[in-house]
Amino acid sequence: MTHKLIVDCSTGVTTEVELTAEEIAQREADAVAFAEIKAAEEAAAQAKADAKASAQAKLAALGLTADEIAALN
Amino acid sequence: MANTYEAIATVTVGSGGAADIQFTSIAADWTDLCLKVSARNTSSGDYILLSFNGSSSSFTQRAIYGNGTTAASFSDAPRYGGAIDTSSQTASTFGNVEIYIPNYAGSSNKSHSIDSVMENNGTTAYTNLNAGLWSNAAAITSITLAPSANNFAQYSTATLYGIKNS
Repeated sequence: MTHKLIVDCSTGVTTEVELTAEEIAQREADAVAFAEIKAAEEAAAQAKADAKASAQAKLAALGLTADEIAALN
Repeated sequence: MANTYEAIATVTVGSGGAADIQFTSIAADWTDLCLKVSARNTSSGDYILLSFNGSSSSFTQRAIYGNGTTAASFSDAPRYGGAIDTSSQTASTFGNVEIYIPNYAGSSNKSHSIDSVMENNGTTAYTNLNAGLWSNAAAITSITLAPSANNFAQYSTATLYGIKNS
């Protein structure tokens, strides 16, 4: 299913049209870019979570209680 | 809603879904444009991609977001057009997006602002505020909304409003 909805604002008429080869190529490029962005976001979130866990472990090793560590958040 | 808003056209996606939605032949009869979108993706692809006049280049953006646990910003999705629900969110729920385009028919580069939010009966849903720029001086005569991947789901809707300054 590769059709688009075109709304002609001068008439209000909506038509359903198959995508052109150029539009399909653009969609495929968009999907690749989307996957790259999502992968980068997930990597950044994981790195942040890992850094937080590491910092909490180091604070615990210094003798801080769980409540004291939580108070720093 | 101010009484200077005029609904220009509206569209609802049918049972087969849609790869994108295009508003064409937009007249220069108003001062600003506003798009109200209620949309869901058939699969993954949790935001809309914008194109003006068929162009997907010369877009830049900055956005801030929150999702229930994190607040942050991003600028790596140049054509970002707002957050929508995917198949990962609660069934039959839709993301809501407002795209405001001032001076769309003028001869300067075209800025736009976007306010969007997902709907989800869960711990994570994104809300975004976005500032965007299309560095092109042409009057906007067509707008394309496409999901960042896959297709818009049935019952997704988009309405284009024209706004006059008096």
